[in-house]
Amino acid sequence: MTDATQTTPQRTAAAMSGPRGPKPRRRITPSNIMLYSILFVASVYYLLPLYVMVVTSLKGMPEIRLGNVFSPPVEVTFEPWVKAWSEACTGINCDGLSRGFFNSVNILIPSVVLSIAIASVNGYALANWKFKGSEVFFTILIFGAFIPYQVMIYPIVILLREMGQGISAVTGTDFRLMGSLWGLVIVHSIFGMPILTLLFRNYFTSLPDELFKAARVDGVGFWGIYFRIMLPMSLPIFVVAIILQVTGIWNDFLFGVIYTKPDTYPMTVQLNNIVNSVQGVKEYNVNMAATLLTGLVPLVIYFVSGKLFVRGIAAGAVKG
Amino acid sequence: MAVTEGVRPVAERTSAKRPNRLFKNMTAKIASIPMILTALVVFIGCTLWTIYHSFTKSRLLPAPDKWVGWDQYERLWNTRRWLVSIENLAIYGVCSLVLSLVIGFTLAALLDRKIRGEAVFRTIFLYPFALSFIVTGLVWQWILNPQFGIQQVVRNWGWEGFTFDPLNNAEIVIYGILIAGIWQGSGFIMVIMLAGLRGIDQDIWKASRVEGIPAWKTYIFIIIPMMRPIFVTALVLIAAGIIKVYDLVVAQTSGGPGIASEVPAKYVIEKMFQAQNLGQGFAASTMMLVSVLVVLIPWAYLEFGGKRRD
Repeated sequence: MTDATQTTPQRTAAAMSGPRGPKPRRRITPSNIMLYSILFVASVYYLLPLYVMVVTSLKGMPEIRLGNVFSPPVEVTFEPWVKAWSEACTGINCDGLSRGFFNSVNILIPSVVLSIAIASVNGYALANWKFKGSEVFFTILIFGAFIPYQVMIYPIVILLREMGQGISAVTGTDFRLMGSLWGLVIVHSIFGMPILTLLFRNYFTSLPDELFKAARVDGVGFWGIYFRIMLPMSLPIFVVAIILQVTGIWNDFLFGVIYTKPDTYPMTVQLNNIVNSVQGVKEYNVNMAATLLTGLVPLVIYFVSGKLFVRGIAAGAVKG
Repeated sequence: MAVTEGVRPVAERTSAKRPNRLFKNMTAKIASIPMILTALVVFIGCTLWTIYHSFTKSRLLPAPDKWVGWDQYERLWNTRRWLVSIENLAIYGVCSLVLSLVIGFTLAALLDRKIRGEAVFRTIFLYPFALSFIVTGLVWQWILNPQFGIQQVVRNWGWEGFTFDPLNNAEIVIYGILIAGIWQGSGFIMVIMLAGLRGIDQDIWKASRVEGIPAWKTYIFIIIPMMRPIFVTALVLIAAGIIKVYDLVVAQTSGGPGIASEVPAKYVIEKMFQAQNLGQGFAASTMMLVSVLVVLIPWAYLEFGGKRRD
């Protein structure tokens, strides 16, 4: 792979044809044709749904009824997109996906900030300030990642309700955690904790220990080292964590449907309600536009972040 | 705060060898309170709470004093819907495990053959993983639509009698979901496998080439056995994902036709939040936990028991 690019123009001019002999043969062997054709067929399978989403969302309903899902649009229309965004009905209201989008944004930002703040401190404590039992809690956390959410969902409902009542009693207001945005933020922080803590712990452990020791000798404390030494040094891992959390929380459905109420439903829940609602005529183009809109945020993050996304998900894989 | 914190450890070292253990690293302990609470209250406390209440006759509200023993479990295993759910999960689980590993490894091996445009292919194979199960389910619901989807396309090509309508056929509906599940998740397995393949010493390939062993034989007899830990990791990740299958089914079929594509996770949620039958939900979710443990304990034993031996 590399030697082909090494050959500079000057070298070729010097009639050095000998060493370059075996190169050209490589690309047209039958096995290579096989290889590329398999890869292309696989690519079709993976790209097909994206293509179908785009194509369908740009067609009008009459055209959809005439053709099939794969036929490209004859008359491109953006009306389904407008309708999906601002007019589609969920059975309760008809103001489109925009409501879900802003709900999701409102859930996303505090959830990402809080979960990463907690997990990075955890990871830092586990890496540099081990105390008796810290490894035990960490092990519980990692194994907790494998417990099906369904096991913990109901007790958490009770916990959130009780905590909300406690806070209301103390502050004298009507504060609710269950069914509100903040309850969901707490839930996301809890269930994001295992993987993120692992991510940060591994990263902080890999930093040279001398830095930490030198700061300790200089009399810097827990938070001082965290804010002044660890944070500035760990920007890449924070980006990875942000990518991981943004896609994860944006794509969540289960927690959204359980811990929020219809007017604060995140986008995924609202999308499902729009598409799978039984009333009315099915508008496939609007449905696909809505689906694509919901998928757009993680897709953009994926295509922009590239390698970092891979690093994020691979970080979850190195558990063993 | 930072200054006072820093002074203490130095003082500790000079004066007493071991002051009160509880107050050592106090800030670290306080900072870890969210983690400690999550581990103890949520992961252990809530799990035990659910297990305990699965033995009670909780209906609309949890009823810790109405102990009924194994009643809920007996009823659970006599419910057709639960049995269908388990059967679906088993089919989906085995198929998606095998297919994910095979597809993931094959694609990774192909990409590892020093091809052009590797980054492009990798991007294509992985992008579905960024999408939610809801989006995945809805797209595939549309592609598999009998009136406009694949079935109609093939019929338009001239094969009039062609039928491929998995989402409305109780017999094969779970395979319709499988197609979508594989589409979403296999790219992730490919990435893990590719990382594993990249970690293999190039000398192995040189040696096998010198010996004249064909590439496919090298993969099956040398590379795959060498990648055992990667396969185990992939296996655990897929297995952990399978048990959680919920949104995909909700989006793609809503459990239909009838109850043909129900899955345990959906059974639990519906018993708890719609049927007002908490006890059943707790019992069913405890069964889910048991099935996870069945996978997890042997793995943990292999992984950590093995390390201790070395």
